[in-house]
Amino acid sequence: MCAVRGLTKTYPAVRGRRGVPATPEVRATDDVRLDIRRGEIFGLLGPNGAGKSTLVRQLTGLMRPDHGSVEILGHDIVRHPERASRILAYLGQESTALDELTVSLAAETTGRLRGLDVRQARADRDAVLEELGLTPIAGRPLRKLSGGQRRLACFAAALVGERPLLVLDEPTTGMDPVARRAVWSAVDRRRAERGTTVLLVTHNVIEAETVLDRVAVLDRGRVIACDSPAGLKEQVAGEVRVELVWREAPPLHVPEVAALRDRVAESGRRWTLRLAPEEARTVVATVTGGAAFAALDDFTLATPSLEDVYLALGGAVRQGLVKA
Amino acid sequence: MSVVPADVLPGGALAAEEAAPRPAELGPRARLWPSLAAVYRAQLSRARVARIPLLFVATFQSIGIMILMRGVVDGGGEAQAVVAGSSVLVVAFVALNLLAQYFGQLRASGGLDHYATLPVPPAAVVLGAAGAYASFTVPGTVVTAVFGCVLFGLPLAHLWVLAAVIPLAGAALAGLGAALGLLAPRPELATLLGQLGMSAALLLGVLPAERMPEAVRLARDLLPSTYGVEAFARTFGPHPAWAHVLGDLAVCGGVGVISLAVATWAYRRAAVR
Repeated sequence: MCAVRGLTKTYPAVRGRRGVPATPEVRATDDVRLDIRRGEIFGLLGPNGAGKSTLVRQLTGLMRPDHGSVEILGHDIVRHPERASRILAYLGQESTALDELTVSLAAETTGRLRGLDVRQARADRDAVLEELGLTPIAGRPLRKLSGGQRRLACFAAALVGERPLLVLDEPTTGMDPVARRAVWSAVDRRRAERGTTVLLVTHNVIEAETVLDRVAVLDRGRVIACDSPAGLKEQVAGEVRVELVWREAPPLHVPEVAALRDRVAESGRRWTLRLAPEEARTVVATVTGGAAFAALDDFTLATPSLEDVYLALGGAVRQGLVKA
Repeated sequence: MSVVPADVLPGGALAAEEAAPRPAELGPRARLWPSLAAVYRAQLSRARVARIPLLFVATFQSIGIMILMRGVVDGGGEAQAVVAGSSVLVVAFVALNLLAQYFGQLRASGGLDHYATLPVPPAAVVLGAAGAYASFTVPGTVVTAVFGCVLFGLPLAHLWVLAAVIPLAGAALAGLGAALGLLAPRPELATLLGQLGMSAALLLGVLPAERMPEAVRLARDLLPSTYGVEAFARTFGPHPAWAHVLGDLAVCGGVGVISLAVATWAYRRAAVR
């Protein structure tokens, strides 16, 4: 339903001014190729600056690519960017256009601007607010709501006036579990009833693993992998993640520990290692017995997550993704 | 949490690659007038919530200026110019200054994306916002005009002309404000331009033109609010020259059409980068 071919966008280099350092030319999306199928929840996963938002802006007709094509439901979005607004609903990261409206008026106005007549816009608004549990706060301005509630209200506005494709840029940021569940059940209902397709931008690994059918992992503007979360995890199935937390400093006087030093990702007192299962067993045996144990505060052994996949695929940012 | 397997969906499309599909039917386009009305209503409600204190500021500023000028000007043509200028200044404050700030901030924060991803004609967004800001000036302008007439002993008989002056001067100034806000590369610059525009309307509109040097008078002729001021001032006389009033209002309307067209073009340019 959505085919992307060779999509490339380069931000020009910016000359430094007083107080503003120069930035070199950045290739924000680099020859991106994607196929999104009807009815799936397709994710774009990557750390900040990987090019997710730039890619989404090109898919929604908000930005013209330098090269490449975007086709959604048979329409060429690069040539006719204005058609995007009649195929998809977009939830961006900013809510400034709606901030001073009440939840109810934000949803109704958005519906009317999506081409509904007054009666239909109001009926749709009431249904969506009820579905998302927003009716009790319908009369309050978005600005006065908490971040998660405001996000939910913007999501409601995106749902008024049905579209076959929903493009959601980090929709659940700041939401509590109840609101998150409301979002995903609203998405699921539309998928089941109307075959709605969802393109989801996220850097939240846990959410990606639980809701996505397929995920494209982005790194520095390139798609470095694209598969189901389970399929991606199989790529690193032979590895186990070992996390060691030291009380103060790592006991480098223990030769076995010192030998691991080159292979760890170190963050403060925490060491993260990706090892073959037998090797992991040996390491755990070493640190839980003998001299190293005195310096050990905590340790965990875990099967790989999407974050491990990202790092194994050669993701640039060693800190990886958000786990929340 | 997603419990619906994708391949049991209606149309069962997951497995089947859509080979050379026919372009899907597009959703409806929002038509100009209904979407203009929707934007207008939303903007007016925003303005009601967030801008009422600013309307008080605008009105008190104009009333303060008139009280100040009362000591300098003692009736006649100059008093008419002061009252008319102060009244139109309220329009300039809200329509030009505040609208330039609003669009500047909306553009900088990415808020325009919301409108740009809806099938709404650019003119509806610009005209709806400009119209709402212009209507929002009505109470302040009327209060200022009545207060000024009482203060300077001018007749109230022709105040109905405000019904033409506010929308036409409002269109010209709001169009200018929207264009400045949407064209300014940074929001601070939009704010600055809006403030400068308002200062120009203040200095060139309120202070009587006869005492100005030639260069300032030329600048005065270039400012669209001047024609609103002139049209309004003319109606205070015992026998207003209605042809001139109409002429001035026509200039306002013309500038309004042009500046709103420029603002619409600027919106289009700002929305797709």
